[in-house]
Amino acid sequence: MAGVELLTGRAGASASALALETAATRHPGALTRIALIGNPNSGKTSLFNQLTGLNQKVGNFPGVTVDRKTGVSQLTPQLRAEIIDLPGTYSLYPKSLDEKVITDLLYDRGSAQYPDFVVITADASNLRRNLLLFTQLADLGLPAVLALNMMDVAEQHGVHIDIAALQQELGVPIIPMNARKGIGIAALKIVMAQMLGAPTVHFYEPEDELLPMIRQIRYYFNLHNDYLALHYAHQYRHIGFLSPDDRAYIQELTEKYGFEPTARQAQETIDRYTLINHILLNAVEVTRTERNEPYSNRLDRVLTHKVWGYLIFFAVLFLLFQAVFAWASYPMELIDEGVAWINSLIQTNFNGPLVSLLTEGVLAGLGGVLIFIPQIALLFAFIAVLEETGYMARVTFMMDRIMRKFGLNGKSVVPLISGVACAVPAIMSARTIENWKDRIITIFVTPLMSCSARIPVYTVLIGLVVPDVPVLGIFNLRGVALMGLYLLGFFAAILSAWAMKFLLKTTERSYFIMEFPVYRWPRWKNVGLTIVEKVKTFVFQAGKVILAISILLWVLATYGPPGKQEGAEQQVRTERQRLEQAQPAATHTPTENTFADETERLVASAKLENSYAGMFGHVLEPVIRPLGFDWKIGIALITSFAAREVFVGTISTIYSVGQDATQQTVQQKLSAERDEQGNPFFTPARAMSLLVFYVFAMQCMSTLAATYRETKGWKWPLLQLIYMTGLAYVSSLLVYQAMV
Amino acid sequence: MKDLQLGESATICCLKDPEMALKLLEMGCIPGTRVRLNSRAPLGCPITLVVGDGEDYTLSLRVSEAATIFLK
Repeated sequence: MAGVELLTGRAGASASALALETAATRHPGALTRIALIGNPNSGKTSLFNQLTGLNQKVGNFPGVTVDRKTGVSQLTPQLRAEIIDLPGTYSLYPKSLDEKVITDLLYDRGSAQYPDFVVITADASNLRRNLLLFTQLADLGLPAVLALNMMDVAEQHGVHIDIAALQQELGVPIIPMNARKGIGIAALKIVMAQMLGAPTVHFYEPEDELLPMIRQIRYYFNLHNDYLALHYAHQYRHIGFLSPDDRAYIQELTEKYGFEPTARQAQETIDRYTLINHILLNAVEVTRTERNEPYSNRLDRVLTHKVWGYLIFFAVLFLLFQAVFAWASYPMELIDEGVAWINSLIQTNFNGPLVSLLTEGVLAGLGGVLIFIPQIALLFAFIAVLEETGYMARVTFMMDRIMRKFGLNGKSVVPLISGVACAVPAIMSARTIENWKDRIITIFVTPLMSCSARIPVYTVLIGLVVPDVPVLGIFNLRGVALMGLYLLGFFAAILSAWAMKFLLKTTERSYFIMEFPVYRWPRWKNVGLTIVEKVKTFVFQAGKVILAISILLWVLATYGPPGKQEGAEQQVRTERQRLEQAQPAATHTPTENTFADETERLVASAKLENSYAGMFGHVLEPVIRPLGFDWKIGIALITSFAAREVFVGTISTIYSVGQDATQQTVQQKLSAERDEQGNPFFTPARAMSLLVFYVFAMQCMSTLAATYRETKGWKWPLLQLIYMTGLAYVSSLLVYQAMV
Repeated sequence: MKDLQLGESATICCLKDPEMALKLLEMGCIPGTRVRLNSRAPLGCPITLVVGDGEDYTLSLRVSEAATIFLK
């Protein structure tokens, strides 16, 4: 809120007297607070973006997972207002948990967040349904302005609206507009800068027999109108700010008067539609000529066709996958190299204990956050275009039947496929799923899809134990093994989702009933702002967690109990010196440098073994021994929590011990490793066990941070960590014990 | 609702499931409104309906949800 307070001085100094009165009367010393509300697909997001541009920030509504988007809009050269973007809804009776934030905001007049007035967006081409929400809001007595959006579409459909007549009927200012093109924004801002009075027209009066109950609620809570009191009677269970005593009081009243919420609500909706039909009769004229079939329908005949529809969808998914997987790799490499360059710059120019913290802790963590930006930006560019054009609704339409069987949603396809590239943007993309249960399940199982960070681990281990031989003439056994691992992850995700469908209890009913939007060209401004918003959210919210864990891991891998590391280092150096003196010919020219490098590698390895991480590796050994792992793998499991591919680096460091310099690649190092009997340590059983472990285990703090951020709490990331690690442990145990 | 053929219109008579009805009413499926079966998903479910005499807009819903709408 700091920004808001800073701005107030200016607004207060020179704003028009009228507008000042609005802001000052209710919240002395605050900006005018305006809530933006409307049906889904009524152009609310376009309008919000037009009003606020880049002056947006994302925060939290307490208790729900929906983001609280606010922005500051410059209404006149002197006057600014804070705009809050509410989730799209069809009525004031919330169906989903996310829609609850609307009632919580609009039913509590005493709240500091209570808006001075609301801007209601309505789709002019579909006015009947859009006016339902409008009449409800007007009956709450909130000062309002109606932004009549999509006038162009309405004209195309032969819908002619008499604005003056409609304004007369509705009793609020109406601004005809086309928010996508910015038409009408200026007029809307002028109206928004005026002081708005409460609407003059009431649409629906509660039935007389309800009045005794309504009045009692109204006076008890000191409410300003009957309709609000009626909503208290309907929704007291879900209104966040009511105390248990308040709820008990209302419940008592509803029982006493035999209040039947479902029947009353149904009747209210029917009555409202009757009123709306009457209003539209006077203010709207529809001239329908023999219309050609809408272009949307013709497009749908191809895009949702039972063959072409799926083929095109898979082509879109493939393109999306390519973008996140291949295109993103170029900027990611640049970021990687950039961080490495700064790292080496610091390391060559500075010295001291803080350098290591700065480079290997802070910068590595920062790099670990920044590296995700290209993937997040590209994935959300795709998703924003799919949403904007209306294609996402078709995806849900085509996939719903299949995905529903597994407790997922038609929209879960996008996160699951993106998860093959990286679970972090994939989990963020689950945001498009409205239903809470479907969304949680999707977030929960997405990390089971094999992401690109697992590839280095897969390649090294498969190369180690799977022979490079052809299968059926055309395939390669290694390729088949890799494919098998991907399928393993996929089936684990699907089956886990199916199991969760039964385990997860929710009071929220899953509906599919929604508007099937017409196809439209995407607005690039909206796409761009979505990307900016998602990247900012990730960097500032999940990024904090990643940075913190990254520094913690650095401490664990760098420091050990006092004296232990120094002792180990000393021992290695003395041994190497002795070796050098014993065999001067072999160790000196021409491989003098190699010998020195080798010494450094051994020192690094000895230090890692004697660090806290190394000690944890040893502590872990009894636990992971049944899986065929030793303490060295234990260390790698701990360090790869920063990112799975770190496994390769750690293994490379730790296996430097006791081997000669000829083993250069990680694979050579691993295959040279011997067990106590002198046989190769990495048997097929061990390698397969480790592979299966990496398919399932939650070895990624960034994913946990993303889950934390998307579910707004630690419950789900912790469950995810426990479940996936448990699944990995049991599966590896079975694999190893079966193969040994 | 089950008897409606693709492209065929009918008038809503009543809504069976009270809770589902609230949602459908909000979406403009008021008794007396005309609806037209516009399309089916490739696997038969969900479907899309065009709601309103003036063909106001297209609504998508599952077959199980549509089954609560009775037509005359």
